Order: sequence, then C-alpha cells, then structure tokens
Amino acid sequence: MSDRHVSLIDLTLAYGGTIAVPGLTLDIVKGELIALLGPSGCGKTTTMRAIAGLLKPAAGRISIAGRDVTHVPANKRGVGLVFQSYALFPHLSAFENVAFGLRLRHSSETVIRARTEAGLATVGLSALATRRPAELSGGQQQRLALARSLVMEPSVLLLDEPLSNLDARLRLDMRSELQRMQRQTGVTMVFVTHDQAEALALADRVVLMRAGVIEQLGTPADLYSRPATAFAAGFMGFENIFRVEGTSLVSDAGAVPLGFAAGAPILAWRPGGVAVGAGPYAGQVVASSFAGSHREYVLESPLGRIKADVPIERAGAALGETVAFDLPQETVWPLMT
Amino acid sequence: MRGLTSWIILGLTLTFLIGPFLIIILAGASGGPSLAFPPDGLSLKWYAKVFTVESFRASFLLSMFLAVFGTLAALLLGIPAAYALNRYKLPGDETIRMIVAAPIIVPGIIVGLALLRYLVVPLDFTVTVALFLAHTALVLPYAVRVVSASLHNLRADIEEAAVLLGCSRLGAFMRVVLPNIRGGVLAAFILGFVTSFNQVPVSLFLSGPGVRTLPIDMLAYMEITYDPSVAALSALLAFLSLAIVFAAERLLGFSRYV
Repeated sequence: MSDRHVSLIDLTLAYGGTIAVPGLTLDIVKGELIALLGPSGCGKTTTMRAIAGLLKPAAGRISIAGRDVTHVPANKRGVGLVFQSYALFPHLSAFENVAFGLRLRHSSETVIRARTEAGLATVGLSALATRRPAELSGGQQQRLALARSLVMEPSVLLLDEPLSNLDARLRLDMRSELQRMQRQTGVTMVFVTHDQAEALALADRVVLMRAGVIEQLGTPADLYSRPATAFAAGFMGFENIFRVEGTSLVSDAGAVPLGFAAGAPILAWRPGGVAVGAGPYAGQVVASSFAGSHREYVLESPLGRIKADVPIERAGAALGETVAFDLPQETVWPLMT
Repeated sequence: MRGLTSWIILGLTLTFLIGPFLIIILAGASGGPSLAFPPDGLSLKWYAKVFTVESFRASFLLSMFLAVFGTLAALLLGIPAAYALNRYKLPGDETIRMIVAAPIIVPGIIVGLALLRYLVVPLDFTVTVALFLAHTALVLPYAVRVVSASLHNLRADIEEAAVLLGCSRLGAFMRVVLPNIRGGVLAAFILGFVTSFNQVPVSLFLSGPGVRTLPIDMLAYMEITYDPSVAALSALLAFLSLAIVFAAERLLGFSRYV
C-alpha cells in the first residue's frame, strides 16, 4: 500500500506492568479520518498515546510518513494531540496558546503573528485572542486546543474523545467543524471515542477494539450493517443477542423455541427489528420511553429483557401490560462468534 | 444573650491576638529608661536607638541573609521534591513526606542540639554554615507543602501538551508548570522567610562569637540592658512582617495559598 501514512507494526503496549495492547498492526491512510472505538480499557487511548510518543512501546514499530519513529521522542515526532481536557495553558492568552509551539521553533515574530492569527481565524476565535482559557466556553476551549495543534501543521492529528465534554448541540457543530477542518487541511486524523454514534458519524474508517485487539475494521456502513462478531454487533446497536441450541433460542435467563432454521450459532436483532403486537412470544412491558418517532420498550420475557422499538402509532401498550412479540427471520443478523 | 456572648468571645480573641502587639508598640515608645508597661511617658527615642546598636545591625544582616538564602535553598530543593511527590508514584513516598515534614514536628531545641553535636562540633562546620543548613531544613517543609498545594491544582496533561508542541520535559516544566505555580512559590517564599526570621530555638544553639541571629541577639541584649529599645525593635519587626504579608496579599492573594 503506497498511500499508508501511519503504520503500527505488531505494536505491543504495556501499562503499569500489564499488557494493554498485545501486538497491534494497523495502517492509516494519508488524509483519512479514522476512529479508534471501544469500551474503556480496550487500549484505544493507550494506542493513541503510543502514536504520540507519550508511551514507549514494549515491542513493535511505529512509522509515520515512511520514517520509523518508534524511538523518536514525542517533541520531535510532528504529531499533534488534542486532549480530552484540552490541556490549554491557563497562564497564557488564547493567542499565546496558539503561538506556543511556533515560538519554540524560533520562527520570526512576523511569521508567528501571521500563522497564529490565521490559526485563530480558522477556528473562529480571532475576536477572543486576548482572553485566557478560563474566560472561554467549553466549545471555544476545544477549538482553541484544535488551533494550537493545527498551526504546527502536524502530519497526524490525534484527538482524545473530542466531543465528550460538549453538550449535545455543540457536539453536532463540532462534528461538522472537525470534518471541515480535515478537508481543508488534509491532515490525517485519528480520534479515540467510546461512542459508536460519534465514530460512525465522523470517521472514514472505524477500528473497533476490544481488550487491546482489533475486533473489526471497516467503513461505518460495514460495521453498522455487517458486524462480524457478537461484541461488534452489541456495539453497533444489536441489543438482543441470543445463542442457538438445537431448535431453541437461548439466553442466560431461559430458552424459547425458534420458528425458523437458524444457520448460525448466534442470532442478533436490533430493537427496531423486534416485532411487537403479534407473535409466538410474550413479554411484560417493564420500561417504556418516548423517543420521537417511536417508543423504546423493555420487555421482560422468558429470554430475559428484550429491547424493542415500536413506531409511535402502534405503541399503545402501557407499563405492566403483557404483549405478544416476534423475533422475525427477516430482521435477524446471524453471527458465527 | 447569644449575641452578647459572641461579642465577648470575639473581643477576648482579638485582645489575645492583638494585645501583645499593642503592648510592645507602646512599651517601645516609653519615655523612661527601662522596659515598662504602661509606658513611662511617650517618646520615640528608643525607636531611634535601635538603629545605633552595632550588634543589632550585624545580627539583622545575618538574619536577613539566612531568611533570604535559606528560603531560596529550601525552594530549590522543595520545588523538585514537591513535583516528584505530586507527579510520580514513588516507592516509599509516604516516608519521604514524613521526613520532609520532620523539622516541623521535632522540637526546635532538639534540632538545634543535634546540629550542634553532629555538625558543628565533630565536622568543624562554622556556625554560619550550620545556621544556613538549619534554616534551610526548617523552611523545607513549608516549601514542599505550599508548592505541593499549587501543583495539585494544576493539570498534569498541560506538560504533555507542551512536549507535543516541541518542549523538552525540562522546558515544559519551566514554560508551563513554573508560571502556573508562581503564586504558590512566592507564598512559600514569604512563609519561609518569616519562619526563618523568627526562628529562636534552633538558632539558640547555633551561635558563636559575633554570629547571632537577630532574635538571639535581642535576648542577649535584654540580659544586659533592660531598656525599651528591644520592645521598639520588636515592634519594627512586626511592622515589617505585616508590610510583607499585606503586600503579598495585595499582589497575589497570599491567603489562597496558606
């Protein structure tokens, strides 16, 4: 692959004596926006810190733009990192925060001024250049942190949970902002998140990690519609996952007969794939919440708790009521592991 | 009734805290030949006399020297110590904290005697060097404690951010840590300065011919000459301390750090 930009080759990372990532291999393409997705403790942040050079790998190699940087210290890698907490310098103005790295390069004052002003303009903070970080809102702080990294023209920009500290509205703004910035600068972006919606919405490719290992790698559409494992399916919104034993559907809570030939050891349904109103199974409504176009039900059934989304016009069942439901063959997603 | 009781308690507390200070000021302003309260007439001659006593000048300079350089030395040791204790998981860090705090806990008399017995006598240290070491050690706990408090409030990841922007580890410390704990460092300096300047029990053991800190010199002076100039000097020193603390409070909100 000629367009690979960042390569992790059999990278092994240890954290406080325990191995967090055992032998990870991953190629990141130049100019792509890639998401490292997984639950906390899956090694995504550790991997990101290793790319930045903040964590020395126990084994394996990292190369960036064709150069082996495994032993290059963090301050000489040309990698930018936007911290989850933003890590702005509290004693410096917005302008000086952005100029910080440029000053270290001993650029001339005119160059520093021009590039810092351009950087602040890119994120729409020109008017607030003299403010201290504490005088900025959360969204502004994040954009400042982004500008501070971007003016250094990093070959890779890493973002740690970039949207997690923002409220819902700002989150949407920042999503499009990040995509715009990435198109504009062409910088390769790697961001870490535990939120699958965020990863799917933003990334060109998603790396789903579990216990330090890549569980599945693909485009958001791939992961969403074709999860390869029960873990991936669970992460992608298949909330009802059961084993197949003979002709029965089995969960830890119990078993029910299955109405069709399974063809796979594990079957999964999204909440939207559960048919409520008629069917061979019965469940009692134990939770019901309004979600705009549909109602989200939790049904207590012989298979344990079933999550079912019911279109609002058919969501008549009240709490405590018992309803019939089906796990139809048309909406099932079969899984081998 | 509750109101009256609170007022009485408040009055007594203030009297207890400020009373001695007032007595000293007035006793120093006495017109009579010996230390007395209430003052024997009013005069500023004893305040003037303070500046003419030769030994006071020498001991004042020594005390100033110890307070400034002892505190600076304590900060030079204490800032890295506080940094290490804050940022790294060290084996036996609780023990290190205890050892650093020991000079506050151990009575000064014992510290002074130990230094005399094991530094000055067998190792032939001069009294000035021993005093300098003693004052550095005595101020160290304050330096570590106060600087620790401001480091504790500072996010550690700004150093990593600085490193990723091109700083070395040391550069990151100088450029983003130090400027942000500046207030704490200044507060530690002032606290250390005052502690060192007012130190008696340790300095009591560590004095030699012509080498005495100001408080010890004042004690010695009083044994011979019981005139109000000692009270006048005390009042002047109290004003000096007040001025320093007031300036510090104005400049950097000293009380936030102590």
